[in-house]
Amino acid sequence: MTQLDYILQQIVNAVSLGSLYALVAVGLSIVFGVLKLTNFAHGDVMMVGAFGVALLVGIGVPFPVAVICGIAAAAVAGFLIERIAYRPIRDAPDVARLLTSLAVTYIIENVGILVFTSSPRNFPLPDILNTSWEMSNGAITFTSINLLTIALTFVSLLLLGWFITRTTTGLGMRAAAEDMSAAHLVGLNVNRLIIVAFIVASAYAGLAGILWAAQAGVVQPQMGFTPLLKAFVAAIIGGFGSIAGALVGGYILGALEIFIVAFLPSSVSSYRDAIVFAVLIAFLLVRPGGLLQPNREIKL
Amino acid sequence: MATPSPVLLSVENLEVNFGAVRALKGISLDVHAGEVVALVGANGAGKSTTLRTISGLSRPRGGRIIFDGKPIGGVAPSRIVSLGIAQSPEGRRLFGGLTVADNLRLGACTRTDKDAILRDSERMFMLFPILKQRLKQLAGTLSGGEQQQLALARALMAAPRLLLLDEPSLGVAPLLVRHIFSALAELKRQGMTMLLVEQNITLALDLADRAYVLRTGQVALSGRSAELRDSERVAQAYLGAAT
Amino acid sequence: MSREARITLLVLVAVVAGAVVAFGAPHVLSDYFVRIILLIALNAILVLALSLSNGFTGVFSLGHVGFIGAGAYISGILSIPVQQKMALLPHLPGFLHAFSLPFLPATLVAGVLTALLAVVVGYPLMRLSGYFVSVATMGFLIIVNVVLINASDFTRGARTFTGVPLETTLPWVMGWLAITVFVLARLVYSPFGRAMKAVRDDTIAASAVGIGVLRTRLIAFVIGAFFSGVGGSLYAHYLGSFSPNTFYFALTMSLITMLVLGGMGSLTGAVVGVICVSLLSEVLRSVERGFTIGDFAVPALFGASQIVLGFIFILVMIFRPKGIMGDRELTFGSTQRSATVNQTEERKR
Ligand SMILES: Nc1ncnc2c1ncn2[C@@H]1O[C@H](COP(=O)(O)OP(=O)(O)OP(=O)(O)O)[C@@H](O)[C@H]1O
Ligand SMILES: [Mg+2]
Repeated sequence: MTQLDYILQQIVNAVSLGSLYALVAVGLSIVFGVLKLTNFAHGDVMMVGAFGVALLVGIGVPFPVAVICGIAAAAVAGFLIERIAYRPIRDAPDVARLLTSLAVTYIIENVGILVFTSSPRNFPLPDILNTSWEMSNGAITFTSINLLTIALTFVSLLLLGWFITRTTTGLGMRAAAEDMSAAHLVGLNVNRLIIVAFIVASAYAGLAGILWAAQAGVVQPQMGFTPLLKAFVAAIIGGFGSIAGALVGGYILGALEIFIVAFLPSSVSSYRDAIVFAVLIAFLLVRPGGLLQPNREIKL
Repeated sequence: MATPSPVLLSVENLEVNFGAVRALKGISLDVHAGEVVALVGANGAGKSTTLRTISGLSRPRGGRIIFDGKPIGGVAPSRIVSLGIAQSPEGRRLFGGLTVADNLRLGACTRTDKDAILRDSERMFMLFPILKQRLKQLAGTLSGGEQQQLALARALMAAPRLLLLDEPSLGVAPLLVRHIFSALAELKRQGMTMLLVEQNITLALDLADRAYVLRTGQVALSGRSAELRDSERVAQAYLGAAT
Repeated sequence: MSREARITLLVLVAVVAGAVVAFGAPHVLSDYFVRIILLIALNAILVLALSLSNGFTGVFSLGHVGFIGAGAYISGILSIPVQQKMALLPHLPGFLHAFSLPFLPATLVAGVLTALLAVVVGYPLMRLSGYFVSVATMGFLIIVNVVLINASDFTRGARTFTGVPLETTLPWVMGWLAITVFVLARLVYSPFGRAMKAVRDDTIAASAVGIGVLRTRLIAFVIGAFFSGVGGSLYAHYLGSFSPNTFYFALTMSLITMLVLGGMGSLTGAVVGVICVSLLSEVLRSVERGFTIGDFAVPALFGASQIVLGFIFILVMIFRPKGIMGDRELTFGSTQRSATVNQTEERKR
């Protein structure tokens, strides 16, 4: 295997991982935009999507149908979380809302453990998605689920791009993210926008959860927590609340992680997650608005 | 006016508190259809709070707001826009990351009549030709004067029956202020009802039919513009607020 | 009686009562209840340490459990008996193999090293405010977790860290609790305490009157970290064996629930929160194991207690965001708002 092949392989891996982070981060940023809330439960919505698919396929539902139902289940879960937990504290201080969302996560994960136990279960993938493809005489392999991840991310993000630049609701979501009281003044129904934001974000989380589980091969009640934290870092890197920023951040983070693992000695790369969160802290300190919102000020 | 037109907006004894701050201590004012009414007063007198409360952004603690015969105190802001009250807020509050075209589009977000919206945007480009050249530009990158014109146009895109204007001359160069006020005069000629908050009293009284002078959350003085223009008492009302 | 006198008296009575409980309880109560009292006292130390920055200074840290973990591991490494160290931690640097410290010095060293860590971490992070400091300190917690898992020469990695002598008895914990309460009460109701609250209520106003915001936050953070490290050491010597995930989000969640439930600007509130949550968890845990009423068997529901605690947390956030005590202290005869809080409220008016 040549050096070039190795690098190409890592690029494939980075794009695939980055796509997942981008999908999750986009949802986080949508919600943060309209509510200024870090929705930790977003990771659990991923879990709902993935479990939905696993359970439905388990009872014989065809995979594509199960995927659509899984995404729908995730959207419903997001809607309910907003309705039950977040709406009553919408005007509370930022930190109180952050903590509430942590508590929501805590509840959902423990309910998951209670119902499904914390041991991983198999995520059923149709054979067609389990095949792998080879290039350069096997030096570069990518599985069809890799390809599907990248393709679905691409398509769904194009769709999102259309939604937030062409539809009044999408424009309204961006407007509300920028200036809530101006959004009220032009007559946007902010309450409705928030609900739409949660549903859209959660559908994306559901898709991301399904793809994540497909890559991992298993589902587990706490599966959403790590990708959530990573996507959160990605969103901050790009500029929290900015959808384009979430995309950029997602791919940068994917590339960074793959780079650490592929090119650094294992004594360093085993600290990958520590490095990732050190990057988060560095961004908060030096460039809190992320790459795309350079002028945001949050310090003393 | 010889035959008084019907009252479009009537504010009765409006009180608004922010925590322990009593921002409005019982304000009453009327705006008749087709009339331009100015609301003037020193900084912190409660002018913006009055407009924001009419628009539904602040909840009144007491008193009533009646628009076209219906009480609208405490009604949701989006509903108030649908009923026909649009505001161009203090400091413009544009959506800086959206294009000029998208800002105008959101201005009309409560409307569904596509053709009429299109006609209205043509009207905006007549009133503010610069906007037509800047349609694809991000609102945040416009100059202060251009932004103010966009803020007015965005409010007008709601096709309001009552236009609330909060300091349309703020941060705008004198030449452009003249332009903006002549656009407002044109709107007035077309019959638009306006409630105008303005620091520049001369400009405000020139445009308005009547005016109210606010002082620390209360109406200190009111009357026809022509009378107030020559009145010593306006100056006094201001000075009184300053101390 | 003046406010200061009242607080001093409260502290004195608490210390005496603590001593009576510490030495008396084991003679009167069953081991089970002694253990519950011990855990309450231990958690009280941890929550009080947390309240210093989160409650009194307005810097809501999600990273204190990182300090607790650091304290636990540092103290554990120092106090495993020399004979066992070779077997349990063969790759430790030589000088650490050579000795092992008794409980008290190991705890003190853990506290001091943790405080030093807090200086390094806090110096940059205390510049952030509100939401962002919470997120950054959470990042710190995750980093500590990753380091504990990967620095396996020192920590045995993700495997259970074991061999720590079980020396945490009720008198020890009560003693440390007394010290914590004493130091914190002195601090919070001193001019420095007023500075902390001023920083919390209005950073701009505080710096306008010459209070160093960064300095004040940092001092509160570091002192809190010292007691977190101490608490970590007590925890280590209570459990005997633990792993990196012992000191992660679950513990964070439970300490924060205690703090928020009790009331964030009050020392007695913190203790009240600890007692409520601990007793409740204890009840829930026995329910969780399953039980029978007559013929009706309730199956084991593992994790149910966490779910209930999570709901309680959210309900507190919605209906009583200031917690049971808010900013008041429980003193003799009356519950009083602290004087400084009254002043700042009035200033706002
Ligand atoms: N959101 C708020 N919270 C607390 N106090 C407020 C708030 N909004 C306004 N106030 C107070 O209400 C009073 C009236 O403010 P308002 O903005 O209405 O004044 P104004 O007449 O528009 O002044 P200016 O000419 O400076 O724009 C002021 O004392 C102000 O400090
Ligand atoms: Mg104003």
